Amino acid sequence: MTHTGIPRTDVCIIGAGPAGALLADTLAAAGHDVVVLEAGPRFDPTDRLERMERSIRPGDSGLSVWDMGGKRDAYTSSGENFYPLNHARVKGVGGSTLHWQGMVMRLHESDFAATGPAGGEWPIDYDDLRSYYANAEQELGVAGAVDNPFSPPRDEPYPMPAFAPSHSDSIFAEACEALEITTHSVGNARNSVAYDGRSQCVGYGTCNPVCPSGAKYSADTTIEKAEAKGVRVVTEAPVQRLETTAAGERVEAAIYAKDGRTYRQEARQFILAAGGVEIPRLLLLSASDEHPDGLANSSGAVGRYFMEHLFAGMGGVLSGRETRQNHVGFMTTESHQFYDNDEPGIGPIKLEFLNYAGPSPVEIAMDSAEYGDDLLETLKASYGHNLAMGALVGQEPRKENYIGLDPSETDDHGNPVPDVHWRIGEQEKRTIARANEIQQAVLDELGVDIRWKIGPENTGPTYHHMGTTRMGTDPETSVVDARLRCHDVANLTIASSSVFVTSGAMNPTLTIAALALRAADFVDESLKQA
Amino acid sequence: MELTRRDALSALASVGIVAGGGSAFLASGDDGADVSRRQIVETMGAAADVLYPTEVTGIHAFVETYLTRKIDGRPAYRSQLGRAVVELNETAQDWYDAPFAELSVELRTQLLVEMGIPEADPSADPGETTARRLRYYIWNDLQYALYSSPTGGRLVGIENPQGHPGGLTYTKQP
Ligand SMILES: Cc1cc2nc3c(=O)[nH]c(=O)nc-3n(C[C@H](O)[C@H](O)[C@H](O)COP(=O)(O)OP(=O)(O)OC[C@H]3O[C@@H](n4cnc5c(N)ncnc54)[C@H](O)[C@@H]3O)c2cc1C
Ligand code: SF4
Repeated sequence: MTHTGIPRTDVCIIGAGPAGALLADTLAAAGHDVVVLEAGPRFDPTDRLERMERSIRPGDSGLSVWDMGGKRDAYTSSGENFYPLNHARVKGVGGSTLHWQGMVMRLHESDFAATGPAGGEWPIDYDDLRSYYANAEQELGVAGAVDNPFSPPRDEPYPMPAFAPSHSDSIFAEACEALEITTHSVGNARNSVAYDGRSQCVGYGTCNPVCPSGAKYSADTTIEKAEAKGVRVVTEAPVQRLETTAAGERVEAAIYAKDGRTYRQEARQFILAAGGVEIPRLLLLSASDEHPDGLANSSGAVGRYFMEHLFAGMGGVLSGRETRQNHVGFMTTESHQFYDNDEPGIGPIKLEFLNYAGPSPVEIAMDSAEYGDDLLETLKASYGHNLAMGALVGQEPRKENYIGLDPSETDDHGNPVPDVHWRIGEQEKRTIARANEIQQAVLDELGVDIRWKIGPENTGPTYHHMGTTRMGTDPETSVVDARLRCHDVANLTIASSSVFVTSGAMNPTLTIAALALRAADFVDESLKQA
Repeated sequence: MELTRRDALSALASVGIVAGGGSAFLASGDDGADVSRRQIVETMGAAADVLYPTEVTGIHAFVETYLTRKIDGRPAYRSQLGRAVVELNETAQDWYDAPFAELSVELRTQLLVEMGIPEADPSADPGETTARRLRYYIWNDLQYALYSSPTGGRLVGIENPQGHPGGLTYTKQP
């Protein structure tokens, strides 16, 4: 038996991550009646320190910190490259920003125009997003400085001053200067001063997977603001499918499960903000006579063009110099010099200088069979001289990388699990190798004894899902239009990196937030017109 | 290097406990045995004598402040720790005819090693075996308290270790 949810509302948003939270808050501020359906729980903010302890204690794979895994989160990974999906997401109020690192930057103008083999032109450009980027920086609270000569144009200062460069940044700066690599500050969605009712960063050093002080932005704070404006949030209410009108032109209801029952939530406008994997899955699960290949999928593009950023890195030991790592859990310096490169066959590279290279003494202590003076000697010998660099490398959009349904396995509600079918291509491998070359040059310049390398052979994803409901002007090849509305379904908007046409190599969430704020304007307009 | 009250409070802060105090009470072990707060603190202090480096002083006061407040603040943890303390003391009694805290430091060390604690899996979900439980609730809890505190960090050369909210000291020259 299906029960009625909250009486028909103006807007039903599916997912309470940053995209859903910002839409809920903005639409409520515009006077609309909003319901948010969230698959995961609401995590009590007073538990954050206990979660931090869990994250520092050994053996924790990272999944237990936010209770990920089990039948609810079952998935398969059928591609050439394994995809560890549950490390790449959190289900709950706040979504993956509970776990995220919090590095935020705008995409470059070139990203909107890039053309890969599959075609990669966005129907919007940087200027369409520019003011929304500024609003997103205010909403998330970004600490930054205007010292990055490679960044796209911006008119306004960051809402908070940048974090000062670290001690090891100054070591890297020497080598970079010699190699003519320009370094600069990096945008952080983390309070460098008290901001928006949340504390300044106090240096717990565990930002990813959990910030106990609340200095790092997470979207549960935006949900709280939205609730104060009247938004209703239903937690542990995974949406099972979307039901359309008889002609299939509009969504009529979201069908969700809660406490062993099935509910039907009706609304005038629906917004899918369930993240880059669950959005295409839900569309595919919502296949009907009118939409036989999945809802909003007349193009066949739903789930296709899945993209990630790949990691390249290198690190080692710098004898004789203190490098002061692990005091904080975030980065203060990057170089975007190799982003808009014109090297043939090389994609964008975002170069990072780590502040948490090498072992964390407290973690080593708990993992060790040693104790007393022997343990202390080991800790002293292992701590103090590590340096490391990372890089994010963009991935080309390819139709054969996809999120599909795997009917051979079902989740806790009997739905086929998502199947991530993913392969890392030649361009990415070349770009990773190029990033490694730059890293090696910097570390060699400093005389670092290189002890590890993440290169093309052992690279992995950086947990940024993108591309699975791409944006475009042509309904034959894309899922949503420039207003983020599905071509095939009049009242269904998608707010996610799933609409990205190209990946760039910048961490995606500021762009997700900017797109969400822009989508809110269009949904507001539709509601006012109707 | 002396462990101070500030270290204990800081270690407590890093596990999410801000207030404390309270009267003496009984902490129930899961096996039904009652174990007093005093017994927990004494046993843990005796274990810290083994686990902490010799240059550290003030160990017992540190452990007492840290633990009494932690067991007050986290009832589920108190019951698991209580069970581990009972098991350790029962083993000490069986093998060496005295509670753990009354053994010499050498015998305490020997007992922990003989029970397989150094090699026990240190990860979460410690409920499976005695060795894992002792590793998680006694051994590693003491290591966590020490090495996430300012003094424990300084011993190693980091004044703001992970887990300690020591502020934005990362820019400082060594
Ligand atoms: C370890 C890690 C580090 C990261 N670091 C960074 C970083 O430094 N910078 C950056 O820009 N990005 C980073 N990210 C990525 C960032 O977290 C995501 O881009 C961002 O959270 C996506 O926002 P979203 O709102 O689209 O989706 P999500 O945050 O994934 O939220 C989606 C929500 O929808 C809910 N949901 C899913 N399915 C359903 C359903 N059927 N019904 C109801 N609700 C549903 C989920 O439970 C979830 O709460 C990181 C991610 C991870 C995992
Ligand atoms: S260093 Fe990270 S975990 Fe610590 S307070 Fe700052 S943001 Fe939070």
